[in-house]
Amino acid sequence: MKESGSVLVIGGGVAGIQAALDLADRGFRVYLVEETPSIGGRMAQLDKTFPTLDCSICILAPKMIECYRHPNITLLTYSEVEKVRGSAGNFTVEITRKPRFVDEAKCTGCGTCSQKCPIIVPNEFDMLLGDRKAIYMPLPQAVPRVTTIDKDSCLYFTRSVCKICQKLCQAEAVDFDQKPEKINLNVSAIIVATGFSLLNPSVINEYGYGRYKNVITSLELERLANASGPTGGHVTRPSDGKIPDKVAFIQCVGSRGLGRGVSYCSSACCMYATKEAILIKEHKPKSEVFIFYLDLRASGKGFQEFINRAKENWGVLYIRGRPGEIIEDPTTKDLIIFCEHTVRGEVRRLEVDMVVLCPAFIPRESNNKLSEKLRVKLDEYGFFKAEDASLVPVDSNIPGIFTCGCCQGPKDIPESVAQASGAAARAVEVITLTARREG
Amino acid sequence: MEHRRIETPKIGVFICHCGINIGGVIKVPEVVQYAKKLPNVVYAEENLYTCSSEGLSKIKEGIQEHHLDRVIVASCTPRTHESLFRATCTEVGLNKYLFEMANIRDQCSWVHMKDPEAATEKAKDLVRMAVAKASLLHPQEETEIDVIPSALVVGGGIAGITTALCLANQGFSVYIVEKEAKMGGMLRYLHKLYPTMRNASEVLNQLVNEAKASKNIEILTSSVVKEVKGFIGNFEVAIQKGDEKTVNFEVGTIIVATGATDFEPVGMYGYKKFDNVITQLQLEQLLKKGRLQNLKRVVMIQCVGSRQEGRSYCSRICCMTALKNSKLIRESYPDANIHIFYRDLQTYGQEYEKYYREVQEKGVKFIKYLPEKPPEVSLGENGKLNVNVYHSLINKQIEISADLVVLSTPLIQHEDAKELSQKLKVPLGPSGFFLEAHVKLRPVDFATDGVFVCGSAHWPADVGESISQAYGAASRASIPMSLKRLHTEALNALVDEEICSGCGLCELTCPFAAIRIEETKKGRKAKVIAASCKGCGACGAGCPQMAISMQHFTDEQLLAQIAALAEVKS
Ligand SMILES: Cc1cc2nc3c(=O)[nH]c(=O)nc-3n(C[C@H](O)[C@H](O)[C@H](O)COP(=O)(O)OP(=O)(O)OC[C@H]3O[C@@H](n4cnc5c(N)ncnc54)[C@H](O)[C@@H]3O)c2cc1C
Ligand SMILES: Cc1cc2nc3c(=O)[nH]c(=O)nc-3n(C[C@H](O)[C@H](O)[C@H](O)COP(=O)(O)OP(=O)(O)OC[C@H]3O[C@@H](n4cnc5c(N)ncnc54)[C@H](O)[C@@H]3O)c2cc1C
Ligand code: SF4
Ligand code: SF4
Ligand code: SF4
Ligand code: SF4
Repeated sequence: MKESGSVLVIGGGVAGIQAALDLADRGFRVYLVEETPSIGGRMAQLDKTFPTLDCSICILAPKMIECYRHPNITLLTYSEVEKVRGSAGNFTVEITRKPRFVDEAKCTGCGTCSQKCPIIVPNEFDMLLGDRKAIYMPLPQAVPRVTTIDKDSCLYFTRSVCKICQKLCQAEAVDFDQKPEKINLNVSAIIVATGFSLLNPSVINEYGYGRYKNVITSLELERLANASGPTGGHVTRPSDGKIPDKVAFIQCVGSRGLGRGVSYCSSACCMYATKEAILIKEHKPKSEVFIFYLDLRASGKGFQEFINRAKENWGVLYIRGRPGEIIEDPTTKDLIIFCEHTVRGEVRRLEVDMVVLCPAFIPRESNNKLSEKLRVKLDEYGFFKAEDASLVPVDSNIPGIFTCGCCQGPKDIPESVAQASGAAARAVEVITLTARREG
Repeated sequence: MEHRRIETPKIGVFICHCGINIGGVIKVPEVVQYAKKLPNVVYAEENLYTCSSEGLSKIKEGIQEHHLDRVIVASCTPRTHESLFRATCTEVGLNKYLFEMANIRDQCSWVHMKDPEAATEKAKDLVRMAVAKASLLHPQEETEIDVIPSALVVGGGIAGITTALCLANQGFSVYIVEKEAKMGGMLRYLHKLYPTMRNASEVLNQLVNEAKASKNIEILTSSVVKEVKGFIGNFEVAIQKGDEKTVNFEVGTIIVATGATDFEPVGMYGYKKFDNVITQLQLEQLLKKGRLQNLKRVVMIQCVGSRQEGRSYCSRICCMTALKNSKLIRESYPDANIHIFYRDLQTYGQEYEKYYREVQEKGVKFIKYLPEKPPEVSLGENGKLNVNVYHSLINKQIEISADLVVLSTPLIQHEDAKELSQKLKVPLGPSGFFLEAHVKLRPVDFATDGVFVCGSAHWPADVGESISQAYGAASRASIPMSLKRLHTEALNALVDEEICSGCGLCELTCPFAAIRIEETKKGRKAKVIAASCKGCGACGAGCPQMAISMQHFTDEQLLAQIAALAEVKS
């Protein structure tokens, strides 16, 4: 069944995907705009998800593909929202499709081009721990399953040589002359679902991120633990490739801070650290895993039980306290953590092989620009502000524009998904009201 | 049952590497070679990811080029991927019931990760069994059902009202059934709402009035669900209104928004023994009515009856409730001395951490206690309460005297939740709250089609979270109601009327009320209601005449699979 009316969804993470699918199943035309080459967002980068330990991409991939195949969804990846005008029921939107220099309609995603491309650069999707080529697919399950040429590293664009990919592509999909394309859309409502970034923990200087090789972030760990990640699923130390025996997690890195980082709590890190601790234990049951925390925030469904299991069944050790400093042994690259154990009131010195920092969720950098285009307010931290977070939690200050998921602030997946469905329902309300007024 | 055996089936087998999830353990090329030699297999290939757009194109090409009439994918689990592969088959004209899956990831490469040889052999076994079944598959027609565009919302709290209004604004008609005489739920008993500090009654009245004014909403108070029959699209509902009257109507979908109730900490920390030991909910009442006088010293104890043996969960809302009420007390009694004894404070997200800081700045003191050394409340000689606690941050036992001790108790499920869950055929989880279809990706759906959940019926939630979910449930429920017609899986029980003796055992066995005895020309015979039947097989297992078989899981097909397993490997 087909309804008249259409909706623009900005951001193709799990929240944007859910909102798009609900609206499309409901019969509305949906334009899903994603700035990177593939939809999937952060969830596609995760290895498993708490508290059920489902394989993240395995449960997300079917939804990603559903978006691709859905007759009511137009996927606009590698695209940006340029201009927005109008009001609820009647927005005009200008979108730029950035040139990916590969014809989406022709590319079969066979990967021959990537195999033969001579340029190797770090893959953003793998948090720069793994490599990709200049012509690449960010992840094997990319949707759409087509390649993209990264202009900044491609030999043809930087030095006018090569074109190997074009010569090899049997589908004749490589097109070095592709130009940016402008698309104009008319939509009744807009849903913003642009998600979040992580704070670069090098601002918390004393933890040595960026200086000490074996201090990594939680998202980097997700990629290491993932079978299609840079180490083929082996959690190894960056300095020597050894599987660590002793790992420490540090919570609230840049969160709940006064001064540096942000003052708020990032909500999901107590739980995902517990999950990652279990993953390490699963990979190597004899390893010792410590979690330094301030308060354990485990108030979602089944969360406290998950923490209890981590303690009792897996032997994960929780230590209350915020470490003051980490020092690296320059020869072994082992790390020494200094921390006041607040519950026992003593200063502890703990030597470990690897440290995992759980950095603060922060707003996407692009939020400022996007909020200006949409005339939607941001909160004091730069997240999209709900008009009234407790009564109309998905409405923005502009009627007809809704927000959901982590673009509003830290959340876990089920909260993002429930809210995304909620934003879809509000968008339908707007469409219905406009239709009633006009009809 | 009609036996339509196609003379020589042409089976295609697609074996997935799932990146290295399968390919890293199982020798996929060897399994492909093995599959090619199996009876009726005319084509087999391997894919890096069969579920990728490329993999799906390969299936379609395979069907067209090799005229396949049966397709098997050996990969992951049907739970997440079957619908995708079936749809792919349908796109090129193959009936989706001619598709079969073998789970060689969860059942082989994952569980036998350490033994690649055995995992590979087991994958071959599973493929051989799938081939045996596929040869006997039949195309099936699905039943179409009409969907009544109206919904039943059980529970008239903030979540129920919100979901009802959202659906009503989209043009659906909605019944709200509330067991109390008044609408509003827990918010009726609250004073102010964190984080906005608006009056709960104002917030509530506005919504209740909107619901009352909506011409699409019918409100039934002092009413409970008596009986629910039927299935998605056509639920026949009987409501018990008051003592005598029964109201009957039909709806297409049902949303559970029955909220939760608060735990009464009888026998804990002197509750009901000493006058001035109360719960947060009682404190809300006193604050609302302005009944508190001369408060000098207040102690609040967190996690009373939660995060302990027997009730292990954290109730999510009680930390913020304590902060809110201590803030309110400090505002009315600026020199009241307030201590909050906590274990971990749940002030998650941007707003709540800021709120915590404000409360700290207002001078409320926080003491972290250990669950193994909980506080003790006793009555002092001066008639005041004494609270003794081991202060874990300074390693000392301390004593604080108090005029009022407030216990932060968790939200727990209603006693009648179990009954409702049975009537609606939806489950409760281990902590007693309603259990959704998938914890991660289907947070407001039930596994039972057409039934949804929101608010604190699902899990303790604040107002904002309950409302987000209420909108979410409205979205999910609106989908089938706007489609107006639905297809149901052709996985029904099939009755062979020649053999059926009409004994009626199946009718008693079926948990979904999907089979009943009817008078026919040939006498009493069992009849299946296609749209309600879930294909669970209970009736078939119980039938003494062996008159019932399961469509798409026939005895013949299952026996063929077992025979294939027992076969000596060539
Ligand atoms: C290390 C780590 C582990 C985690 N583990 C878990 C877990 O186990 N379980 C769990 O429930 N949660 C977990 N989470 C939280 C989870 O990642 C988030 O809840 C979820 O990803 C939020 O989804 P989203 O769609 O709101 O945002 P995102 O996943 O960030 O998606 C946003 C999308 O929008 C796109 N986008 C951004 N800006 C624009 C723009 N201007 N125009 C167009 N597109 C744009 C982005 O490219 C991205 O694709 C974890 C988080 C981290 C950091
Ligand atoms: C002490 C306390 C303080 C709180 N303070 C705040 C606060 O400041 N801010 C905030 O955001 N949240 C607060 N909360 C949480 C808030 O109460 C919940 O978020 C909210 O009540 C959830 O709404 P609901 O509609 O899901 O459930 P409820 O409010 O519980 O409503 C459910 C309704 O369903 C009805 N019902 C139940 N069973 C049946 C049945 N079988 N048949 C028919 N009807 C049925 C009930 O009678 C009730 O009317 C507080 C909670 C407590 C206990
Ligand atoms: S561009 Fe060509 S060679 Fe590269 S993946 Fe696409 S079809 Fe294959
Ligand atoms: S032309 Fe560019 S993308 Fe193509 S192979 Fe050469 S370097 Fe790689
Ligand atoms: S969720 Fe836990 S680790 Fe993350 S900021 Fe909050 S308290 Fe710190
Ligand atoms: S919200 Fe706070 S008081 Fe309530 S159970 Fe959780 S930790 Fe305890």
